[in-house]
Amino acid sequence: MSQTNQDPIFQRIEEVKQAVKEVLDYAQSLGATAAEAAMSSTSGLSVSTRLGEVDTIEFNQDGGLGISVYVGNHKGSASTADLSKEALRSVVKKAVEIAKFTSDDPCNGLAEKALMAFDYPDLDLYHPANVSPDTGIALCKAAEEAALAHDKRIINSDGATFASHQGLRVYGNSHGFLAGYPRTRHTLSTMVIGKEGKHMQRDSAYSVSRIYSELKAPQAIGIEAAESTVAKLNCQKVPTQKVPVIFRADIANSLFGHLVSAIGGGALYRKSSFLLDSLGKPVFNSCVSISERPHLPKGLASSPFDSEGVITKEKEIIINGELQTYLLASYAAKKLKMQATGHAGGIHNWLVQPTQGGLASLLKTMGTGLLVTELMGQGVNTVTGDYSRGAAGFWIENGEVQFPVSEITIAGNLKDMFMNVAAIGDDIEKRGSVQTGSVLISQMQIAGQ
Amino acid sequence: MNQVEKHLLADSQLCREQLADTLAYIHSHQVDYADLYFQSSYHETWVLEDGLVKEGTYNIERGVGVRAVSGEKTGFSYSDAINVEALNKAAEAARSIAQAGDSKTVQVFSDVRAPLQFHDKQPISSMTDADKVSLLREVENAIRELAPEAEQVVSSMSAVYEQVLIAASDGTFATDIRPLVRLNCSVLLNRDGRRERGSAGGGARLDYHYFRELENGQPRWLSYAQEAVRQARVNLDAIDAPAGTMPVVLGSGWPGVLLHEAVGHGLEGDFNRKGASAFSGRIGEQVASPLCTVVDDGTMADRRGSLNVDDEGTPAAYNVLIENGILKGYMQDKLNARLMGVAPTGNARRESYAHLPMPRMTNTYMLAGEHTQQDIISTVKKGVFASNFGGGQVDITSGKFVFSASEAYLIENGKITRPIKGATLIGNGPDVMQKISMVGNDLCLDRGVGVCGKDGQSVPVGVGQPSLKIDEITVGGTV
Repeated sequence: MSQTNQDPIFQRIEEVKQAVKEVLDYAQSLGATAAEAAMSSTSGLSVSTRLGEVDTIEFNQDGGLGISVYVGNHKGSASTADLSKEALRSVVKKAVEIAKFTSDDPCNGLAEKALMAFDYPDLDLYHPANVSPDTGIALCKAAEEAALAHDKRIINSDGATFASHQGLRVYGNSHGFLAGYPRTRHTLSTMVIGKEGKHMQRDSAYSVSRIYSELKAPQAIGIEAAESTVAKLNCQKVPTQKVPVIFRADIANSLFGHLVSAIGGGALYRKSSFLLDSLGKPVFNSCVSISERPHLPKGLASSPFDSEGVITKEKEIIINGELQTYLLASYAAKKLKMQATGHAGGIHNWLVQPTQGGLASLLKTMGTGLLVTELMGQGVNTVTGDYSRGAAGFWIENGEVQFPVSEITIAGNLKDMFMNVAAIGDDIEKRGSVQTGSVLISQMQIAGQ
Repeated sequence: MNQVEKHLLADSQLCREQLADTLAYIHSHQVDYADLYFQSSYHETWVLEDGLVKEGTYNIERGVGVRAVSGEKTGFSYSDAINVEALNKAAEAARSIAQAGDSKTVQVFSDVRAPLQFHDKQPISSMTDADKVSLLREVENAIRELAPEAEQVVSSMSAVYEQVLIAASDGTFATDIRPLVRLNCSVLLNRDGRRERGSAGGGARLDYHYFRELENGQPRWLSYAQEAVRQARVNLDAIDAPAGTMPVVLGSGWPGVLLHEAVGHGLEGDFNRKGASAFSGRIGEQVASPLCTVVDDGTMADRRGSLNVDDEGTPAAYNVLIENGILKGYMQDKLNARLMGVAPTGNARRESYAHLPMPRMTNTYMLAGEHTQQDIISTVKKGVFASNFGGGQVDITSGKFVFSASEAYLIENGKITRPIKGATLIGNGPDVMQKISMVGNDLCLDRGVGVCGKDGQSVPVGVGQPSLKIDEITVGGTV
């Protein structure tokens, strides 16, 4: 990504940087003692088909500016999706006005200047493709057709969607930090409906990449969607019991998502976490280790700096079950008298270390129990760790799939669930911000019949 | 010319004739319908946390969405600039969904005159910023007075002032002003190292004075503060919830999220036009117990889920979805109504100009029956009484849905005994609705905090129901 690149997006980034700089200057001229602003802009295309016909063609053009100003220790924030000069100036004024009514809070302010990513790497996140609507439609049709043709029990479709977006992100603050970079994202997905007897089931499959040519073939996506749908037909409830449970790789990231919430600064300083005072202590079984790698080239959750300009760095999050770091933005860091960790706005590529082979090997280790492939609802309490969610999946005996299961719940407490992680597969799901294989938990309560 | 037309058109040097021209330009391709959706919204939030006014935020959104529909196909484009060039560019992109050629002529605009379910109020300027902050302080002080041991108290208040203008090729010309306010508070209690949170709130399509109005002899904000503390205390006493299938009695009001998930989404027109819902093709069939009459009602005065006109300019309506257990109809927007050969029902909604409208719920509730809550609970030998819920989710194809209780109790021998921890309930919509065996006489709606998500779009909604008994549903406890 050299500055001599001819792509107009680089020119656009310079313009947006200039606009952010003007906004920051304007804030200071109105009396702000510090200010920070972020501006993003995304454009692209989203097309969908259903049963072989075009359903929608959407031309997307989204953007916005968010600004926070500090007048001493008073903070005010405002944002706008209207990027006209007048709108930008009016939100800056509004933010300064709001700061008159917010409290003098010494924890407010920018992250420390020493932490700014004044020098940051190019993470190779920008791969524009200029895909035409017709090409997108052809991909959708191919994915859906492959799904519909794969099994005669696939009787209907919820359609297929292709989206290709390119955008830019610029962040600047009154430390003199001002940076921006472009990024792209391409996705192809399909969802189909299967029927046997009176009962219908649906399932979907998708592919996502920064690089258009690295999307999975539409036929493969279609076949995957058809197979997952058909596998769910004729599902049953199972009796209420305590059994081992495997979270399949594609939903196992949610478990680590609950860790993200619990060790986030906001929950910690508000004492609203089941993992208070857990730094340096075991929070998982000792087989669990998690690393963060923010700079993976082309990574879906890669980022050179966080949403406060703090440089992102390689970090170990969990080593042999012990918690190595909290996730702190500057406000929470000051509240806790610690340092910001570069996690304002979220995490960046967590890699959960596998402990053994793939899903088949994990099923063998489990023997008899439940393989969960779908979770429903929000029944997770971050204050207490209490966990109760709807689930569907497969009943396993002797390491083999017996039949599909649905309309059950799985429940426990996250503290125990984390300690009861018995194994992690090497069937790593790479499409999210947490890359993990399937996770075996030695025991959970199932509620069913 | 009314205020909205001036704000969204005249101030941008646009007029009705230009909108008619744009629609005619789209209709020079083979389209059945086209519409322009102009929107401007202002949104503010104030947050008070442990005595500190921690945050004030202000957001502006403004733009126009242009849609062209041809058969089942939709072309859509939008712009955050409102001017002739942006409008024409978006129209050109949207009409690319269909080939050039003859199509129906554009109808002459006729102003939609719908009865008003709520009125033009500017909530953001209805109080000075200083007064907003002092209201939040009163909420926090009340909580700390009720619970001096509170470890943490957060209260927040937000308001939206939205103006929309819809011009469509079927002649629809509608404008609307949509105020919305909300106040929430939460408290964290710690008893011997065990921490539990309680939260409460409310809102309406009114201004901030709503929170100071008296309800049952005290200001509304005070009821929220009391409710948050009460819930946190109940949760501190809660024991592990049971696991298994058992009778469940639901309280009135917010537990109506049951209807939203178990039947509401499944009765949205788009899913049914596509045959993707567990309720598809079942009009006229018994889909719930004969005790159940479920309506979606956008016409309730000042309610969070209410609309004057929907986002296609169709007046909001009272729609009976299920009557005495028989499925009567689906919720429709214009596209799905036309394809299914029925009339639009006033349920077309979109998150903003940058999103396509879809059939969505407004205020969804069940009509009252004849029992008292006490009667209903007394019939349960062993089961659960759930009086408050968090969110829910549904798979409309299989009919499976979940909703998570945030306040619940054991029922033993017809009496409420102990509070239990939150647990997720799971069932199959059509099955569970058949198992409703008693319906209470205490219909009420939620306090006005509901948000519904579908395809990544959020809209404000209401839910409600009387107390009711489900003979059998799976409760996701741990013992």
